Amino acid sequence: MRKIITAFLVSVGLLMAPAFLSAKDSSKPIVIPTHNWSSQVVMAYVIGGIFESMGNTVEYVPADTQAVYEAIRNGDVTISHEVWQSTFGKSFYEAMAKGGIIDAGTHAAMTLEEVGVPQWVIDKNLCPGLPNWEALKDCKDVFATADSGGKGRILEGPQSWHGVEYPDRVEALLGDDWVVKFAGSADALWAELAAAKKEGRGTITFNWTPNFTDADGFAFIEWPPYYPGCRKQDGGDSKCGSPKGWLKKAANYKMPKTHPAAYTTFSQISFNAGQIGQMAKLVDIEGLSHQDAAKKWLADNEDVWKPFTKPGM
Amino acid sequence: MSEMRNYISNNKKLTQFVVLLVIFFSLCFLISPSDSNILWRFPPLIAGLPLLINDCVSYLMYEFMPIEIYDSEIEEYEERPLIKEVTRALSSTVLFCIQVIREILLGGVKTIVTFTSWDFVNENKWAYWPALPWTVVCSAAILLGYSLRGFGLATLAGLASMYISIFGQWEPAMETLSLVLIAAPASFVLGLFFGVLAYRNKSVESALAPLLNIAQTMPHFSYLVPAMVFFGVGDHAGAIATIIFATPPMIRLTILGLKKVSPEVTEAALMSGCNEFQLMFRVLIPTARRDILIGVNQVIMQCLAMAVIASFIGAKGLGFNLLLALNGLRVGQAIELGICIVLIAVVLDKLSLAWANKQVDYFADLNFMQRNKYKIFLFFLLFFWSIIAYIGTFLFEEGFNYFYLIPHNKGITTETFWQGGVDWIVDTFFFQLKAFNEFLIISVLLPMKHAYLSMPVIATFVLIMGIGYIIGGLKSAFIVGFFLIFIAFTEWWDRALITAYMATFGVIVSALIGITVGSICAQTNITSKSIILICDTFQTFPSFIYLIPVIMLFGVTDTSVLIAVIVYATIPATRYTVEGLRSVPDTLHDAGSMSGVNRLQRWLKIELPLAFPHMMLGVNQTVVFALFMVIIGAMIGTEDLGQYILKSLSDKHGIGNGLTLGFCVAFIGLAVDHLIRTWAEERKKALGL
Repeated sequence: MRKIITAFLVSVGLLMAPAFLSAKDSSKPIVIPTHNWSSQVVMAYVIGGIFESMGNTVEYVPADTQAVYEAIRNGDVTISHEVWQSTFGKSFYEAMAKGGIIDAGTHAAMTLEEVGVPQWVIDKNLCPGLPNWEALKDCKDVFATADSGGKGRILEGPQSWHGVEYPDRVEALLGDDWVVKFAGSADALWAELAAAKKEGRGTITFNWTPNFTDADGFAFIEWPPYYPGCRKQDGGDSKCGSPKGWLKKAANYKMPKTHPAAYTTFSQISFNAGQIGQMAKLVDIEGLSHQDAAKKWLADNEDVWKPFTKPGM
Repeated sequence: MSEMRNYISNNKKLTQFVVLLVIFFSLCFLISPSDSNILWRFPPLIAGLPLLINDCVSYLMYEFMPIEIYDSEIEEYEERPLIKEVTRALSSTVLFCIQVIREILLGGVKTIVTFTSWDFVNENKWAYWPALPWTVVCSAAILLGYSLRGFGLATLAGLASMYISIFGQWEPAMETLSLVLIAAPASFVLGLFFGVLAYRNKSVESALAPLLNIAQTMPHFSYLVPAMVFFGVGDHAGAIATIIFATPPMIRLTILGLKKVSPEVTEAALMSGCNEFQLMFRVLIPTARRDILIGVNQVIMQCLAMAVIASFIGAKGLGFNLLLALNGLRVGQAIELGICIVLIAVVLDKLSLAWANKQVDYFADLNFMQRNKYKIFLFFLLFFWSIIAYIGTFLFEEGFNYFYLIPHNKGITTETFWQGGVDWIVDTFFFQLKAFNEFLIISVLLPMKHAYLSMPVIATFVLIMGIGYIIGGLKSAFIVGFFLIFIAFTEWWDRALITAYMATFGVIVSALIGITVGSICAQTNITSKSIILICDTFQTFPSFIYLIPVIMLFGVTDTSVLIAVIVYATIPATRYTVEGLRSVPDTLHDAGSMSGVNRLQRWLKIELPLAFPHMMLGVNQTVVFALFMVIIGAMIGTEDLGQYILKSLSDKHGIGNGLTLGFCVAFIGLAVDHLIRTWAEERKKALGL
């Protein structure tokens, strides 16, 4: 039975197999995922635009930030162009261990994913000594909320992002005076920042850079420096902050064979923090739609992206 | 003394209840909270279940029956598991159907690609399927509305499609529509099929019943992970998750409708010589039309409610744009998108109702022109608007042809108005709301949460099973006990207690508001009709939209979640109260008035008791809605089961965790559902209804 099925499927496969013998890119579309933050969506359209300029077809699909690696592995999605070390590194390497996904190089931008305060908290000097973490020891009241029971509250992203890393760290360094609350989504973080600004109260939230909040200024807490193995899950005592991280690109393992030219370009694409900030700004500050922002960015920055398309850069 | 004895025997249930409470509280005080105490928390005996589910699924999907397949893309043979190939084949079929409709509405090349190849399309630029100009779709909607129902429906369809196009949401709306146009009919057909099957075969019905119960109480999020694992990421996965979610109410209402058909009808049909098929499709289903149409209404509502959530696993359209808008805190844009979703739901609902209710005039003697006047007119319109669209290509300079497709976000927008409104509310009431928030959290929510968490597990069991015993005897006690024991043996009992605390608070407030509002609105015809309309609107309005303004006002707190819960869960309480009160016969009103009761007495002594069983079903629905929304509240930030379900979307063992957590939520819902339903049945019997 198995042989019959195999034979049948093989023959179907052969019948449908067009001649992809040359090193030319397959005309099948490259599937690019879009997530729920602006810079990522704009960059998806920017990279899509670059591929299209080379004669490829592209397709965009909304996907969950963590689930996307499984999708790339299975071939439902072709690439991911923003793999953040500290938040997605684990999912990325787990998928890689299972096979089917490859590392397609790193962006120039360094990333930082960390808790911090909006710049005006520093300017108003609500908690003297910030952004050094030791200042937090004396100002839990500034960051207390109704449901924190008099303790200082740190608003983390969803639990799916870093598990218990922050509760561990806060317990190890700040002890019992602080609690970590998990927000359910990035929206909740931005809403909290907006509300705190309106009210003029202190707030510590999780955030990252490059991000659209860079425009207003955001000061990340300076924890004791990171070293490999310092986190509890890696056997340490969790008395350390987040590392300055990489921003990688990932691709399905078939892409180098199916779309060799596009893959070469993709592996050469490298944006820095300023460029990613520009992309986010076009949408978040100037109010363009994501597609329009990408078009504008591509038109204004030909000297940046044209070289990526030349092999052996 | 004998008075006392009399009292006790007259109020047996009340006495039992008091005794139960005494036992419950003494257990709470006696049992010391420590993790080693088995009476305080049961050991997590089935903590391994998620892993087991996970291993089964990954074996099935990635290892079971590998077959060799030649991959033309990389020119190599690959081993692929059979099941995965089968589900992916199903995925591509569904995707193809969605794409055909999508390309008719929006244009594209994929349908052509399916029959040729990407190479062919790239080499032949003419091979492009043009979109229908939006003007054609608009006029088709108007024409359809007119031909089915007349002027009113035509106006509604026209206004809705104009709104969508003028506000620049045409593309995402058509993407969503193409998904719904596949998912809704599929749910309808599947629902009808299983409903008929269950009606004809008792054992199918009893096998389906528990599945339906669970399916209808599982939170939306729990459907996502399995859909993603089995069917991948994209519109097809979204559509399949939507179909699975929307089918159960259809099955249930089909069974209900068919059962209500009186035997005389069947006999009459058999006497006139119907065969099985004719009996079912010409007699039974048309007779059961009323309930089946409520099923259709439910399918459409569920499909559009799921449209937003399905965007987590790759469904394009309004839902995805809505999430993006919310992420940028653009409440105004989100509201516009939400209105589009509601409009699509309302128009589809009304059109399908009108279509199903249209009577065929078998005796009309019409010529070809008369019979096909709408089709001919539509053909003419297609021709006319295509020419206009063609002329449009010369008129507009920026590269957008407004007569052909209004590009996304290039329409007019009322965003600033809504945004201004939200900002105004935040600015004006900020400090009052903050004070209210703090009061609520400190004096109500935290103590309540603490009380729930400090219940020993054995006390919870005694209380719930005891209530089960008082209401429905031993059988009920064991049924609810089974539901609870499943949750108690997972490692999430504390999380479930937090879910229960939030749901309880939400249900109490929602039921109070719903019953009050419902009672007031049920007094006149107009108010009851309008409140039902409002209920319909709020039910399809994507619940995510409340989340952002609520977070702005109340922060990432339980208050925010509970307000979102109350907005959503008040709907069924109100709806069923209105329906229940309206169904009290006029003769009873008259009888009451003749006996000289005043309005208040009539309401308290006649209407409420008679409507009570129906209202309890409303409360039942309120519980389910509240649970759903508590879970969605994970998007704000909670510590309950919902946060873990959300986490399972990206977990290594996601599918096992997601499903097990989904069962936990479903079982809370089912336990409450069982208690309320049994109680309502008792009351019905007592009232002789």
